[in-house]
Amino acid sequence: MALDTPTTARTRLATSGARAATLEVFGEADRNDRRFNSLFKALLLMLMSIAILAVTAIVLWAIARGWPRLGMDLLTQGPSTVNPGGAGFRTAIFGTLWVIGGVILLIVPLGVGAAVYLEEYADGTKWWNRVIELNIQNLAGVPSIVFGILGLAFIVRGPLSLGPVAAAGSLTIALLVLPTVILASREAIRAVPPSIREGSLALGATEWQTIRRQTLPAAVPGILTGVILSIARAVGEAAPLLLVGAVTFVTFDPQPFSGGYSVLPVQIYSYATRPQEDFKVLAIAGVVVMLVIVVVMNSFAIWLRNRYENKV
Amino acid sequence: MRKNHTKWAAVAAALALLLAACGDNGDNGDTGTEEGSGGGAGDVLVDGSSTVAPLAEVAAELFMDANPDIRVTVATSGTSAGFESFCQGEADMNNASREIKESEIELCGENEIGYDGVQVANDALALLVNNDNPVDCLTVDQANQIWDEGSTVSSWGEVDGLDLPADFEDEPLTLYGPGTDSGTFDFFTEAINGEEGKIRTDYTNIGEDDNAAVTAVIGDVAAMGYVPYSYFQEAGDTVKPLAIDGGDGCIDATLENVEDGSYTPLGRPLFTYASDTALEKAEVLSFIDFWIENSSEISETAGFVPMTQDQIDESNAKVEELTS
Repeated sequence: MALDTPTTARTRLATSGARAATLEVFGEADRNDRRFNSLFKALLLMLMSIAILAVTAIVLWAIARGWPRLGMDLLTQGPSTVNPGGAGFRTAIFGTLWVIGGVILLIVPLGVGAAVYLEEYADGTKWWNRVIELNIQNLAGVPSIVFGILGLAFIVRGPLSLGPVAAAGSLTIALLVLPTVILASREAIRAVPPSIREGSLALGATEWQTIRRQTLPAAVPGILTGVILSIARAVGEAAPLLLVGAVTFVTFDPQPFSGGYSVLPVQIYSYATRPQEDFKVLAIAGVVVMLVIVVVMNSFAIWLRNRYENKV
Repeated sequence: MRKNHTKWAAVAAALALLLAACGDNGDNGDTGTEEGSGGGAGDVLVDGSSTVAPLAEVAAELFMDANPDIRVTVATSGTSAGFESFCQGEADMNNASREIKESEIELCGENEIGYDGVQVANDALALLVNNDNPVDCLTVDQANQIWDEGSTVSSWGEVDGLDLPADFEDEPLTLYGPGTDSGTFDFFTEAINGEEGKIRTDYTNIGEDDNAAVTAVIGDVAAMGYVPYSYFQEAGDTVKPLAIDGGDGCIDATLENVEDGSYTPLGRPLFTYASDTALEKAEVLSFIDFWIENSSEISETAGFVPMTQDQIDESNAKVEELTS
C-alpha cells in the first residue's frame, strides 16, 4: 500500500526532483510559456468562482428572502392554508426522511452487490453481461418522470400494489438513483490496485474473503461518493414522487407503509406557485430547510468516507 | 477484526429492529383504516386541480380541527391525472377546474364508479382599466384581439368596434398579466384565447403579484390588466372592472353575476368530483357535507367567490343522490 500511494512529502520531493531534471535538459521555460501558464491558472480560478458564486448567491438569496420565517416553527409545525404565517414543514420533513431512509437501505446493498458482481465475478466476454452493463449505463440517463410512471404502474399499482405510501416513493427513487451508485461503485472497485487482490489470493484467501477484507474496504471512499451524489439527487426529486402519490397537504406524521405522505420538494413547489406572499416566503424558507438536510446528510457521509480513507 | 464483527452485528441488529418497527407500523395503520371506515375515523384522499387545492386544504384543515380522528390529505396531480386515479377508485374525491371528459367518463364506467361533480365555489377574473378610461365593456372577440398570440394591437384605437373619443385613440395600450405558473393565467388564456397558455408575449409579466396589476392600472390611464376576483374586490373603487360581452350583452363583474353564472366566460364554477363508492365511507361523506355546509367561510379564506344558496342546495342534492 505504502508503495502505491506515497506520502505527500515524498510526492513533493519527487515532483521537484523531476522538474529540476527537466530544467537541466530543456532549459528555463520561455517567457510566453510562463505567461500562458499563469493566464491559464487565472482562467481556471475564474471558472471555479463562477460556480461558487452561483451557489452562494442562491443560498444567500434564500436565507435573506426566507429570513422572516426561519425558526423552530418551520420544523415543528405542519402545513396550514388557513394560517400560512404559522405553517411549517414538519410532515414534509418526516416524509423526506422516510423516503430517503428507504432509498439508502435499498441502494447501498443493491448497488454495491451489483458492482461487486460486475467487477469481480462477471465474465465480460459473455454477451449477457455486456447487455447488463449497457443497460445500466443507459438507465443512468433516463428522465426521472419515466421512473415515476414505472413506479405508478408496478409499485403503487400492479404487481407490488403498495398503494400511494412512502415506501413506494423509496422504491421508485431507489430505482432512479441505482445506476449512479452501481457505476460509481464499479469505478471505486476497479481503482483498487490488482496487487492487493492478487496478494490476498496468493496468501490463500478465498474470493469472498478477498472482496470482504481487502477490495471493499479500499473501495468504500469511492462508493460513498456515489451514494452522496445519489442522495443529494434523491432529496431534490419531485416529479416522480408526484406520480407515486406524494401529496401537498398532509397534517399527520407519515408512516412508511400506510397513509399519505409529502416530501419537501413537492411541498415547496406547491407553496411557490401560490399567489400569496406568505406562501412564497414559506417556500423559500423550505428551500433553506432542504439545503440544511442535504448538507447534514452529506457531512455524515463525508465523515464516514474520511474515516475509511485514513484507515486504508 | 473481532471488534469489527461486533460493529457489523450491531448495525444488522439496528436494521432488523428498524424493519420490524416499519412492519408493525404498516399493520397498525392498515387495520386502523379498516376499522375506521365504520366509525368516525379514517383517511380521506383528495386529488386533482391545483386551482381548487387551496379550497380543499382550507376545508380539510377546518374539518380536521372538528374531527381529529379523520385524516384528510390533498394531492395536486392536476385535474386529468386526478381523474385517472379517481376513476380507478384510488382517490376518494377529485378537484376539477373543468368538467369531466369523455375518455374519463369511460374509465369511470369501466370500473363501475358512479360519480357527480359537486360545486364547491365560484371563481372569476376581471379585466381592469383606469377609472378615466372611456371604455366600459369589451366583447370576448375584442379582448381576444388585444391579448391573442401574435397580436400587434398597441393603442386603444386599433381595437375593432370601440367607440372612443378622438383624443384617446392614440393612447398606448400597456398590458399587465400574471406569470405562466398561475391558475389565473391558465383560466384567462383558455377563456379569451381558446387555448391554455396561448397569449401574446409582449405584455408586462407581473409574476404572482396580482396587486402589481392594480397599482399599474391606477397609475396609467390607458393600461389594462387581468386579476383574480379577490384582488379586484380588494381594489374597490380605485380601478374599473370592464364588463364582458360573451354574446348576451355586457355583463358587469359583480358578485351576483359571478354567482349566477351569467358572467361568462370569465367566471366559472369549481367542482370536486365524488364517487358513490367513496361516499359509502362515513368519513368521506362527513367531509364533503362539512365542505358544502361551510363553503362560504372556506371560499372566502381561500380567496374564491362563495356559492349562492341555490348552488349549495344543488350540491347537497347531488351528494344525496350519490349516497342513495
